[in-house]
Amino acid sequence: MAEYKWPEAEKRTLIGKRISRLDGPVKVSGKAKYTYDMNRPGMLYGKILRSPYAHAKIVSIDTSAAEGMPGVKAVRIIQGPGTEIQWQGDEIVGVAAVDEPTAEDAIRAIKVEYQILPHLVIDNDLQAAGDRAKPTQEEVRGDPEKAFKESDVIHEGFYGSSAMTHCCLEPHGCMSEWNGNELLVHVSTQNVSGIASQMAGPLKTTAGNIRVKQDHIGGGFGSKFGPDRWGIETAHLSKLAGGKPVKIMLERNAELMVAGSRPSAFAQVKVGAKKDGTLIAWESKSWGTGGITGGGLPSNNFPYVVVVPNARRQNITISNNVGGQRAWRAPNHPQLALATMAALDDLAAKLNMDPLDFFIKNIGLTGQRAEVYREELLKAAELIDWKKKWHPRGDTTAGNIKRGMGLSIHTWGGRGHNSDCDLTIYPDGSVEVKMGTQDLGTGTRTALAIVAGDAFGLPVSAIKVLIGDNRYPVSGGSGGSTTIGGVSSSTRRAAQDALEQLFAKAAPALKAQPGDLEAVGGKVRVKGDTTRSLTWQQACAKLGGMPLTVRGKNPGPPQELTNVGVGGAEMADVSVDTETGIVKVNKIVCAQDCGLIINMKLAESQCYGAMIMGVSYALYEERILDQATGRMLNANMEFYRLAGSGDIGELVVHMMTGKGYDERGVIGLGEPPVISPGAAISNAIANAIGVRVSVMPFTPDRVLKALETKGGNNARV
Amino acid sequence: MPHNDEKFKEQRSGLSRRDFLKASSITLSVPLAINQKVARAAGTDVRVYGPGKVPITLNINGKTHTAEVEPRVTLLETLRHELDLTGAKRVCDRASCGACTVIIDGKTAYSCTVLAIEAQGKAITTVEGLSQGDKLHPVQQAIIDNDGQQCGFCTPGFVVACKAILDKHPSPTREQIHRGLSGNFCRCGTYVGLKAALAKMGAAHKAPAAQAGQKGGQ
Repeated sequence: MAEYKWPEAEKRTLIGKRISRLDGPVKVSGKAKYTYDMNRPGMLYGKILRSPYAHAKIVSIDTSAAEGMPGVKAVRIIQGPGTEIQWQGDEIVGVAAVDEPTAEDAIRAIKVEYQILPHLVIDNDLQAAGDRAKPTQEEVRGDPEKAFKESDVIHEGFYGSSAMTHCCLEPHGCMSEWNGNELLVHVSTQNVSGIASQMAGPLKTTAGNIRVKQDHIGGGFGSKFGPDRWGIETAHLSKLAGGKPVKIMLERNAELMVAGSRPSAFAQVKVGAKKDGTLIAWESKSWGTGGITGGGLPSNNFPYVVVVPNARRQNITISNNVGGQRAWRAPNHPQLALATMAALDDLAAKLNMDPLDFFIKNIGLTGQRAEVYREELLKAAELIDWKKKWHPRGDTTAGNIKRGMGLSIHTWGGRGHNSDCDLTIYPDGSVEVKMGTQDLGTGTRTALAIVAGDAFGLPVSAIKVLIGDNRYPVSGGSGGSTTIGGVSSSTRRAAQDALEQLFAKAAPALKAQPGDLEAVGGKVRVKGDTTRSLTWQQACAKLGGMPLTVRGKNPGPPQELTNVGVGGAEMADVSVDTETGIVKVNKIVCAQDCGLIINMKLAESQCYGAMIMGVSYALYEERILDQATGRMLNANMEFYRLAGSGDIGELVVHMMTGKGYDERGVIGLGEPPVISPGAAISNAIANAIGVRVSVMPFTPDRVLKALETKGGNNARV
Repeated sequence: MPHNDEKFKEQRSGLSRRDFLKASSITLSVPLAINQKVARAAGTDVRVYGPGKVPITLNINGKTHTAEVEPRVTLLETLRHELDLTGAKRVCDRASCGACTVIIDGKTAYSCTVLAIEAQGKAITTVEGLSQGDKLHPVQQAIIDNDGQQCGFCTPGFVVACKAILDKHPSPTREQIHRGLSGNFCRCGTYVGLKAALAKMGAAHKAPAAQAGQKGGQ
């Protein structure tokens, strides 16, 4: 058995270099076809009638007018009379029509009578939640009571993260087309290999009859793992319409109401330290909701990253009448980071300590990666000139613009998921890598070409990458930053095995043993003897008439090519206008590790993107629900505002590489850098204006309220 | 499904047109040509379309395209549904996000809020019109080189916006880049690469000789 391992640094020709994404040209030219762009012959446009109420019972549904409309080809009741609807936007009736205007007219022609029931949609008021708030088991470590007694300084504070949405720019959606018993599905998904088995049951068919395809996806961020009710509905409507293709893409308001949200999290925190800054005691009571399903923070994850020896934690989960949560890029971590890092920052201020010194003082509490955190904090501090720019809490310079600095650290797992890769070398020298994975924009396609090309001494352009089809070998869903570790490992294993078999065929022609060969610079040659070589094509011709296909698998023995666990530190420099309450980001720096980096250019892009998304959720993004009507007030992109290009300040990324990092193997990166921006910005605001703005996003009204109340509890602004 | 499509269409169109004219106090004048209705509004004759499907002619990327759409259909939907020009994307559908950006008579426009009938007689450029076969527009190449894209769904809108910035300001200042990109949103967070791409294009414009030498006839 080959010894599977990553090449040594000096042998890497593509791995870790700065390589442009392979699908760049089709994306910039508008040729890339997303699910939304599917235009099949005879395709029908599907629409969904959704509940306008957060809680209601369906009394009756009359679809006769819609069914009688010219151009309407299928109408299907999804949830019938008697059903209790639990959130605004839930699916009631599906229609399919020859064009979109007709489908919209048909939706308007459907009459539904509801019995409206009482609802709860707000989530920041435990008293209002009443018996819909359910405490989970209290978690205790060490002796918190004793530790608080022994603390020289104790801080108590309130911190919160509002619920927000995924707001994928390509909304969720699907196109289904029956041909006899065979179903073709184009779906916007993070889970190409896993969709068919989720659709088979509801459609009363077998997964083997369902072909799932997706070339490109316009954003997922954790919200696109299932076919969803609307996706399954496309197949039902297609069947009713005689197998014609039916496409449903969610309208923007539905995308924001029902297609994914990050749970809210509020926490009352008490934290204690010795006067030298040694952290010894933690207590937190947290609450929040992921919507109707309840959910919220796993309380034993408090405090985040920094494992305080004595801790008491309890979480209260609220079930309200809002569509269910979905995994949002690094689920729970940004909320945990905010409450933890802000509480520790407040404690440092009370201790009159620079938070950088405070974190370094307690770095041992971060556990086995303490040295990584120390290196990352010091690197970030250098990049933002922390020691020169940081000042004690409250910018004392004249004028209404106050400047401040804040920091946060984070962690993530990121071990590679299960992945099968079929790698084929053709006798003409062409190479194909094939698996049922997907490229979320993270650069998965490019990574596969890099790994195979690096192994074969070929450029990325010589590798044909086939992904996005469930007929290809199974590869995991792209969640939890597990993709890069999984797909790079399976591809590396396949490439090493394929090369071994190719060398066996080529060795006689070079009068050498297979073990003496290497593939370098488009040649297969004898190690240490440049006179004995074949071009890659000549070597592949020795395969005979048949191509060679090898399957690589992750995980696989003897040792893993992927690993788990990363750190990361981010620091923010912000300005706050104390007259308007507007926060402006001047600069954010990020020092991030992720083991062996496959593509430096796109790894940095992940960090830049995560920091921008972080600015967005820290300053702007909030799902606003109205308790009076039970409705979402900002299910659009004017009032559900994303950060724009002018809002991000200067961003600096430093990837931790080299000794101590590379030999760990490949670890995922998509999630970790999105965790810290909220906490770092919160701390920077507190450093600027001298008071804590408790609830994120840090909008002007909350900033002004915090200034007015001198940091008093502003949870309910 | 039993339908009487023709009868329904006549009924619907007749009623709604009369109701519309009555309600808005605009007088119907003599048709200029067969199948054309004209209304007198604000002192001028205005052609009335629909409400059924009407034939339209659009000039897109230098070519003439025809389609039949209802008057309420936007330019974006016509591009995407009728002409299979799917580069421009529907995201917010109300002129907030810029994913549907096209250039109309030299100015960027949100094609989600332009009716297809309004866009007739104007020169429309979509993202598909920027590259010639596999040969990319230099700003497209600069966006690839600087990785100004991730999932790519907002990218066509940004490409068109970037092209429009450079048409106006071949060597844009930071402020011009900021203003020029402010009509577009990206969810993956590609602004760093996009701004770098525009800065590189500006620098290349300022030093064309050096750039031509480096890039060898690109």
